[in-house]
Amino acid sequence: MASIRLRDLIKAVRACKTAAEEREVIAKESAALREAFREQDQSFRHRNVAKLMYIHMLGYATHFGQMETLKLIAGSGFPEKRMGYLGLMILLDERQEVLMLVTNSLKMDLNNTKNMYIVGLALVALGNICSAEMARDLAPDVEKLMDCPQPYLRKKAALCAIRVVKKVPDLLEQFVDKAAELLSDRNQAVVLCGATLMLQILELDGSLVDKYRPYVTALCRILRSLLQLGVSPEHDIGGITNPFLQVKILRLLRLLGRGNAESSDAMSDILAQVASNIEGARNAGNAILYECVQTIMGIESIGGLRVLAINILGRFLANRDNNIRYVALNTLAKVVAVDTQAVQRHRATIVECVKDADVSIRRRALELVYSLVNESNIRTLTRELLDYLGVSDTEFKPDLTAKICVLIQRFAPDRRWHLDQLLAVMLQAGPYVKDEAARTLLVLLTNTPDLHAYAARAFYRALAQHYETASPILLTTGVWVVGEYGEMLLAGFGGPLLEGEPPLNTSDAEVVSLLEAVLRRHRSDAVVVEHVETAAMKLTARLPSQVARLRSLLGRFTHSGQLEAQTRACEYGKVFQHERIRGQLLERMPALDEAEYLRQNGILIAGAEQAASGSAGGAAAGGAAAAGAGAKPAAAAGGAADLLGGLDVLGTPTPAAAPRALVDDLDALLGGVPSAAPAPAAAPGVAVPVPAAAPSAVSDDLLSLLGGSPGPAVPPPAPVPAPAAAAADPLAAILGGGPPAPAVSIAPPPAAAPSLTPAVPSPGAVTILAWQAHGLVLNFALSKPNPTNAAVTEVVAVATNNGAAEVTDFTLQAAVPKFMQIKLEPASGTTLAPRGGIVSQRLFVNNTQHGEKKLVMRLRITFTSAGGSAHEEMAEVSNFPPGF
Amino acid sequence: MIKFMLMVNKQGQTRLAKYFAEFLSTDERRALEGEVVRKCLSRTDKQCSFYEHRQYKIVYRRYASLFFMVGVDDDENELAVLEFIHCFVEVLDKHFGQVCELDIMNEPEMVHYILDEMLINGQIVDTNKANILEPVQLLEQVVS
Repeated sequence: MASIRLRDLIKAVRACKTAAEEREVIAKESAALREAFREQDQSFRHRNVAKLMYIHMLGYATHFGQMETLKLIAGSGFPEKRMGYLGLMILLDERQEVLMLVTNSLKMDLNNTKNMYIVGLALVALGNICSAEMARDLAPDVEKLMDCPQPYLRKKAALCAIRVVKKVPDLLEQFVDKAAELLSDRNQAVVLCGATLMLQILELDGSLVDKYRPYVTALCRILRSLLQLGVSPEHDIGGITNPFLQVKILRLLRLLGRGNAESSDAMSDILAQVASNIEGARNAGNAILYECVQTIMGIESIGGLRVLAINILGRFLANRDNNIRYVALNTLAKVVAVDTQAVQRHRATIVECVKDADVSIRRRALELVYSLVNESNIRTLTRELLDYLGVSDTEFKPDLTAKICVLIQRFAPDRRWHLDQLLAVMLQAGPYVKDEAARTLLVLLTNTPDLHAYAARAFYRALAQHYETASPILLTTGVWVVGEYGEMLLAGFGGPLLEGEPPLNTSDAEVVSLLEAVLRRHRSDAVVVEHVETAAMKLTARLPSQVARLRSLLGRFTHSGQLEAQTRACEYGKVFQHERIRGQLLERMPALDEAEYLRQNGILIAGAEQAASGSAGGAAAGGAAAAGAGAKPAAAAGGAADLLGGLDVLGTPTPAAAPRALVDDLDALLGGVPSAAPAPAAAPGVAVPVPAAAPSAVSDDLLSLLGGSPGPAVPPPAPVPAPAAAAADPLAAILGGGPPAPAVSIAPPPAAAPSLTPAVPSPGAVTILAWQAHGLVLNFALSKPNPTNAAVTEVVAVATNNGAAEVTDFTLQAAVPKFMQIKLEPASGTTLAPRGGIVSQRLFVNNTQHGEKKLVMRLRITFTSAGGSAHEEMAEVSNFPPGF
Repeated sequence: MIKFMLMVNKQGQTRLAKYFAEFLSTDERRALEGEVVRKCLSRTDKQCSFYEHRQYKIVYRRYASLFFMVGVDDDENELAVLEFIHCFVEVLDKHFGQVCELDIMNEPEMVHYILDEMLINGQIVDTNKANILEPVQLLEQVVS
């Protein structure tokens, strides 16, 4: 096949209309090239490599032609060598062994005495692609060339040395002095390359600064000579002599002057001269000023010089040219750590830049604003940022929103302000507000009784105006607040209006209407619906006149297609059958431990996820869970063993059986009981109206409380009595009566239930997750059967099979330390049916050192799983809650 | 330092690409060029000549139908790089005489030779037009 010219190939590629056509042309040409290489075709080698480079640029494979470049380099003519080296730089990279082969050619070319351009070619190639081995082999040649008579080679050798020392830092030593010598070269290009080499050496080894400090005077002299007009017309750009060299020297001075007063002093004159003499009319001048300002701010300069630099920045910021403003912001960002005051002076301009049309400038400015905010300017800056948030593009909003939220959290001067601003952010950019921001707000709110009424009014107003367009986070937060503090909305209940607050005229009927309106508009958003249901339930206790309406609102969801909504509606419906306790169930949430929350913020978030995963198991085990077990499988799985200390208070059947509104409260208790740290699983459920994890966890647990049918796939509404559910107590009534449970102990009268203090001895059973593997879950329901002897604990071990296959020959053996006695009763069976099959067994443990040592137990579990394989599992249970 | 230099036309077709110091595989290169070019082409004339992409800062300048894009690391003087692009274009102009996209497209190797006289390993060698073009034109004479 005849070889075509590069130009013809380019033409052919350009003529292609589709990518497929182009690929075909390239494939054809590649094949032709391969053929030519195989035939050792000499005449077109030059052209073939050029074509290869073109193909490479288009993004196709060219590895097959690498050897050709080497052959060209090995040739004798300059044109061939030039194409060969070019191919070498473009087609090869340092990882390829082919490079080893070229070292020898390079050495010969570096030592070519007849043609300096060939030496130049070799230096360029070496400077661009040299590997560590090549650096070692060829460093002496490079070093020699830095002394050669031709400036053409000296400049290239200097840059080549950069590559060499970067590849092999050991070689640094021999180039340190050489680099400095180049500064006195008569050729400006060589000086530039020498300065570049010095900079790179300093970057590689900062300790060499001392060695280079004596050259400050020489560098200043060069800079001064460059400031004179017409000194070197061949490097003139727009009336400025060699701006590239000036920039390099200024940068070098910055490194040399940093942290050294003497050097800084020596260069301050020339820096002042540069700063005041260079004209900022052209880009080249601005490049120098930009570098000069950075140097002034980077060294130990005196106040006057700094003022000069800051003024230049001020001029830059006010410049109409976007490039100049960009570099100004860039410099300010670097300066802000050194001199915050100076940057603060330009605050107004910087804030303007946040609204710029150019995303590059906006980003820079936003970073800068972020580092400028402090307690004293948070109000103004936040207002500015909020104004901008409303008009910024979508692409920019997530970032901006996150930053504003963090700033509000960090610098809020007071809580009302915090609430107002966060509400404003939610209104403007709700979809981008993180759950954590809302959660923190609610923690603060529960801790600030003075603000309850204000918050309720603020959110009520926001919802009333914007319920149609509001984002889920605003809806859920708002609905939660309205539900929690609903009665304070009414005149006469919420206390006086705060300063500057418009009066709110509303009636209890309107509050309910708002909830209905939200429901109508956001029917499809499950999380919102769930929050509205809970709020409605709470409001039944807050707005007694509206109970009937609220009840019918809830009633509508008993046939909802959304499982969670339906479940809640049914659960809440049941509460109405127990008017005696409803009020207590729906009491206000206790304040959360704020310091603890903030301290654990990071952990809490992680904990929420854990709880979510844990709850899956909890729900699956639901059928077996005894009353009071509610949140616990999740909590235990969440790794919050000490939390259970707080839990046993709650182990009373009543609150546990109480549905959602209370469960929210319950969770609050978990977090709120002082002795128990607001543990991972519990706290998110509290403060949070939204996070998907917590609500689902809670509801799953609820399901299990209410005796959701055994197995993971819980058929919706009808609360099936759990086999292990409580009997002969209010629970049973709530559940519609279940078979007497073997496990659960007697509950105290309901009135005692909501008691919060752990001091009350609670006879309720506490459930812990003892073991879990192979689809089996083993839960322990713990109780004290004998109120007079706390040392005896009754453990009902309930194993549930969540797997899809039957498990047979199930046995559970338990051992305790010597100071305890254990008695096992016979198990209810040995076979666990697939998907929810249960075996329970009762154990009594007498802990003779009760109060000193906690229960601990070792388990041996044996069973045969599907397919007949026998398993033997050992487990240690040490997560018994305090009190056991 | 300068990490790469791209010359791309308005349609996003690469006319020249040169990388320094970092070697990217063909696929990585294609992806990077695609992203950089897309971002660049979406910017308007009024916006500044800099934007950030991955770990690079891109300094670009448009001449007629051709964009010159230079990827630099964080501590390069952006304005100086802009000046360098202009200097490079002036050199091309002097060599080709009223340089246009077609010249660069049809003689990529010549553009590479010129660039190699100006940049080694991402550092500026020289910016004097006569110094840069001397060896390039010497060869022209030898060949013709």
